[in-house]
Amino acid sequence: MLPTDSNKALSFKRGIQDGDLVIVYERHDVMKPVKVTKDGVLQNRFGFYKHSDWIGKPLGTKVFSNKGKFVYLLAPTPELWTLVLSHRTQILYIADISFVVMYLEVVPGCVVLESGTGSGSLSTSLARAVAPTGHVYSFDYHEQRAACAREDFEMTGISSLVTVEVRDIQGQGFPEKLSGLADSVFLDLPQPWLAVPSAAKMLKEDGVLCSFSPCIEQVQRTCEVLRSDFIEIRTFEVLLRTYEVKEMKVETVAVIGESQDEEDNGGPRPSKRKHLSNNGDYAVSHDNSSNATSVVMARPCSEARGHTGYLTFARLQCLS
Amino acid sequence: MEQHNKDQVLSENNNNKCQDPNPRFTFEGCNVLLDVNDGDRLVFARLSGGSTLKIGNTKYSLKPLIGAPFGSLFQVETGEDVSFLSRILPVKKEESISNNVIEDSRDNRELIDNNEAQNLTEEEIETMRREGAKGDEIIEALIANSKTFDKKFQLSQEKYKLKKQKKYAPKVLLRRPFARSICEAYFKKYPARIGFLRVDALSLLLTMANVTAYSDVLVVDMVGGLVTGAVAERLGGTGYVCNTFKGNSPPSVDMVKMFNFTDKVIERIVQSSINDLSSAKTVLSPEGGVCNAEININESSTCDIVEDVSVTAEARVVDDVVPVSKVIKAPKAGAKASKEAVEMWKENGFSSLIMAAQDQDPWSLAKDVLPLLSYSAPFAIYHQYLQPLATCMHNLQQEKMAINLQITEPWLREYQVLTSRTHPHMQMSSFGGYVLSGTRISTT
Ligand SMILES: C[S@@+](CC[C@H](N)C(=O)[O-])C[C@H]1O[C@@H](n2cnc3c(N)ncnc32)[C@H](O)[C@@H]1O
Repeated sequence: MLPTDSNKALSFKRGIQDGDLVIVYERHDVMKPVKVTKDGVLQNRFGFYKHSDWIGKPLGTKVFSNKGKFVYLLAPTPELWTLVLSHRTQILYIADISFVVMYLEVVPGCVVLESGTGSGSLSTSLARAVAPTGHVYSFDYHEQRAACAREDFEMTGISSLVTVEVRDIQGQGFPEKLSGLADSVFLDLPQPWLAVPSAAKMLKEDGVLCSFSPCIEQVQRTCEVLRSDFIEIRTFEVLLRTYEVKEMKVETVAVIGESQDEEDNGGPRPSKRKHLSNNGDYAVSHDNSSNATSVVMARPCSEARGHTGYLTFARLQCLS
Repeated sequence: MEQHNKDQVLSENNNNKCQDPNPRFTFEGCNVLLDVNDGDRLVFARLSGGSTLKIGNTKYSLKPLIGAPFGSLFQVETGEDVSFLSRILPVKKEESISNNVIEDSRDNRELIDNNEAQNLTEEEIETMRREGAKGDEIIEALIANSKTFDKKFQLSQEKYKLKKQKKYAPKVLLRRPFARSICEAYFKKYPARIGFLRVDALSLLLTMANVTAYSDVLVVDMVGGLVTGAVAERLGGTGYVCNTFKGNSPPSVDMVKMFNFTDKVIERIVQSSINDLSSAKTVLSPEGGVCNAEININESSTCDIVEDVSVTAEARVVDDVVPVSKVIKAPKAGAKASKEAVEMWKENGFSSLIMAAQDQDPWSLAKDVLPLLSYSAPFAIYHQYLQPLATCMHNLQQEKMAINLQITEPWLREYQVLTSRTHPHMQMSSFGGYVLSGTRISTT
């Protein structure tokens, strides 16, 4: 998944090979991870696809089923992986993940500790951020989840960057051998406050901790414990609003000659924007048959995730 | 695992600190972010023997900060005849301040809002200072001489102490500048310069464009270099971040200088015009060489100052030792991309794209720039207006250039978390921009 292996890097010229992991894209909400094998066959509602037809084609191309229907084959990325991985637990999604990686100041070479591993959604993005020389140590007390996560990391090709261990982090804390080595620590645990003292021991001075909790009571208790060793304690909520874009016919009586000019030179100059707002929009095209015009319009999607969790960040005090 | 740990420890003791990609201590010539009085003001500065920070009416030398660990705290201390910044170790708090607030039965019905509550006069305070009283001692004296202090809520008492501390014993927290803090500082003070790109939107751009080591990231950065710097930070001296532009003169990426990039990282920040990247054959402009056309980095501005508007005291960083002649032969961010690199990109394509072009129509740029990406390469386009992104998304769909298209708007709310007083902040930023993301596909 990561280009650390130059063979695996994206390129116009590199064709799909036996053994590659690809994401089969039907629609933005219908995707599936597939390991390419010589004799493999993918079956979906459009018929079946022989993997042997895929081999040699570049990623990002269409492939056809026996019934002539197509899907796209995409290179896996942590974002696509988060959308297709098998959910063994609640997982973190792109908005929280992006913010966590940035706020934890994770850069190449960093050592990051994480618990619990869960379904490995966040771990995959952490691995991307610490590559090529850093490492993610991820802990979950659930034996089977840890094993599944290891298999997944093997499949996505990041296992050299992530070590998964079985351990009760709330009960035992992080292992002593990692003391003072962590640049950042991430907690997604039911009672994160129990793990905070150990996290403080693992962190380098000035290192950053993040705790993700769905409930405010968890945040409350965690913050109380954080105050003894940490500074800059801040709690956030991050959400994403997505937009629907449609081209629609709208009745208009406005003069549209000017909008056409705009179309020709590829867009509005800022100074004209106000002027054009009378037409609702500048991406207007004629419909000769009537006084209706086609307009590209955007509005927020009606349904959205309303809450995921609170993100609490804190920086270990520098005492030496 | 063991081996790995040892490496970590070794790199900590590396004596060539300037070239350590993840330094934990400052060094001479190092860029730092100074947080004055708990975020009241953020100031970027370059540490040198002669650089100073102005707090109130006094200039303080930044020399004591050289060699200190990032994260260390300094406080103004009054010496024999001068006051200076001196390292302090924070006192461990025994229990959280606010645990028994609920039982506080005092209220403010007896408080009268005038300035007569303080017995000490300004002159008396000045005298104390001249006689070498420490900031903390002055605060104690102020409290002892306050008629109303005892009547205040515990919470207001804390507030009172804090206010006095900020004035009489200002604190400076030494921080390492990261994309996160640079973005936040600019967003707070000069949001227009970075196109209102809030830190959560920036973080989305970086993830959606799959920025990671060994990738070749194409950027259109018209937000002063913030995106370029943030990408370079994630590349850690591998791969490339190539800034591309229409016409002949690349836009400034000055902000790259605020990061503490090593030469190895700087070398990976290059530029090339859209024309040069698109033409079938590489025709390099006359100077042709590898590293000469540098992006307009303004040599005179060695430090950029970002200050909070709501400050009580005036402050400003002055760096008096900036002889331009002293410029060493270090690589410059934004050198022209080498012929080999350009050839390589023509053959393989870029691995991803980030566009943050203020005042530009995203579609007219995207239609020229997107073909430079490998198939299956993800991209993220930032804009502070929704409509041009919607049009861009529509056109990309119509032309079948990309799939997985989505316009998102990040939303960020901060909370105050205190016992019995937890609630969202009263003020929030209601706008941090829009992001159009997608995946480039082969049209054949
Ligand atoms: C919500 S999941 C984490 C999801 C993960 N962040 C992701 O993005 O995929 C929480 C995980 O914490 C683990 N867990 C709960 N208590 C634990 C403990 N005391 N020690 C270690 N892991 C624990 C659970 O087994 C579960 O897998």
